Amino acid sequence: MEVTLNKNIESLPYLDNVKLRTRMANLYYNKFQALRNVTLEIPSHAITAIIGPSGCGKSSLLRLFNRMNDLIPNTRVTGDIELDGKNIYEKSIDVVDLRKRVGMVFQKPNPFPMSIYDNIVFGPKQHGRTNRNELNKIVENVLRKSALWDEVKDKLEQSALALSGGQQQRLCIARVLAVEPEVILMDEPCSALDPVATLKIEDLMRTLREIYTIVIVTHNMQQAARVSDMAAFMMMAGDRAGELVEYGHTSQIFTNPRDKRTEDYITGRFG
Amino acid sequence: MKIPHHLTDKFAKYTVLVCAASSVIILAAITVFIVLQGMPTFQKVGVFDFLFGTEWRPTYDKYGILAMIVGSTAVTIGALAQAIPLGIACAILLAEVAPNRIRSFLRPAVELLVGIPSVIYGLIGMVLIVPAVRHIGGSGFSILAACLVLTAMVLPTIISISEDSIRAVPHAYKEGALALGATRWQTISRVLLPSARSGIIASIVLGMGRAVGETMAMIMVIGNAIAFPKSPLDPARTLTGNIAVEINYATGTHESALFATGIVLLIFIIVLNTITTVVLRRGIQKHAEHLT
Repeated sequence: MEVTLNKNIESLPYLDNVKLRTRMANLYYNKFQALRNVTLEIPSHAITAIIGPSGCGKSSLLRLFNRMNDLIPNTRVTGDIELDGKNIYEKSIDVVDLRKRVGMVFQKPNPFPMSIYDNIVFGPKQHGRTNRNELNKIVENVLRKSALWDEVKDKLEQSALALSGGQQQRLCIARVLAVEPEVILMDEPCSALDPVATLKIEDLMRTLREIYTIVIVTHNMQQAARVSDMAAFMMMAGDRAGELVEYGHTSQIFTNPRDKRTEDYITGRFG
Repeated sequence: MKIPHHLTDKFAKYTVLVCAASSVIILAAITVFIVLQGMPTFQKVGVFDFLFGTEWRPTYDKYGILAMIVGSTAVTIGALAQAIPLGIACAILLAEVAPNRIRSFLRPAVELLVGIPSVIYGLIGMVLIVPAVRHIGGSGFSILAACLVLTAMVLPTIISISEDSIRAVPHAYKEGALALGATRWQTISRVLLPSARSGIIASIVLGMGRAVGETMAMIMVIGNAIAFPKSPLDPARTLTGNIAVEINYATGTHESALFATGIVLLIFIIVLNTITTVVLRRGIQKHAEHLT
């Protein structure tokens, strides 16, 4: 235990623009421990990929940052999870405000059964913006950012459910952008999409990186190598899930992994 | 001897067909019978005088059922006006707010309420509600008392079906809304309820059917007066009550008039169902066709 822990901290890269940080984070669903002493620092204006085999706790780690795990009864979190240096699990933290700052895109596109327009203005409306002109501007702005404007500008009043899977996912990203978050969490955003749609989302992520901090969970090694600046490799062994094995710059993780297990995984020897 | 497979298939097919046909035949037979029995009234009294006549005096050959149409409509609207907001609130509580521990005991309790015979509701209404209403004014046997009893009777239907439909909303919608920084209440009111709309409206239609058709409990608390009700504290009579109270001794045109009341009741329910179904369709069609 101690050994893995020290190695983990030792391997931390030096970063001067830390946006998100976990220190000795543990997560329990009832008695099951889903994360074990995870310590890492996520830089702003970069794409950080969390990779690893299914069930290793990637999504659990991601959901720590916008407290989505709170929805599951009987979860317990220990350790520090910080956004801009402030612990987001403190009592004084307003979860609603936190989720405005930390947006999330889910594995399966989940547009609401409303029009495209209403999907995008949903967030801003709940946060009190009602001026029609202002909302129209937001819609055009975020649809352009998410490279969807040209495809949907003439059918904003149509049901969002009529869009293709890839379009729906970009709509979901646009919907998150409309809330003006600082961080965007993406939970395997392309796993339900075809290769063309996947490439579009990846292009989109690269342009968004300038403005936002992006954390993406993916089980697609090529995707992590293609888009991310930083990569965190998580692992499970037997019934022990949720260990962070190695964290570093993507180029280092993929070309010169320090840990044997990382090397085995990225070269496809298991998992 | 072995029976060939194609014969057993045929046999099964026709058995199912006969069963299915018999239910349609029964429905048709009932409708035809009621219409045949009631028709003489429409011929003798006239459709307009029957529907809009305010006097119901079989002994003087006066057959106007407007007072009963008003009675039925009043108790139905009154009951639904209370049961819809209460029922949806309860459904939200059970589906989204109450912890599992509380739900596991509330939900069976609500389901049990659906199964209680209406005569029991009537009894409780007579013993508790009617005297309570008497304190406000009148004899207590009134539209108001009927509304209160009927509310309790349709509430469980609305609660249980609405709750099911709120629970059936994909979890992804809820997560999506919360992840966008919506509060719990915003998530419920702007995402969950609109998504569950078709089920909630179905629950209201069913509740309405029960309200219009309820007979025994209404007879026991509404007073069954044939006079035109002028206030919620006045006694009144429902269309169903009219039939049940008088059919024992009615003959000739009187009997036919009661069947005619049944025709009106039948049309009443068909119209109400159609209206709500149309309203419901209009609201959800846009998105429903894309749901797979």
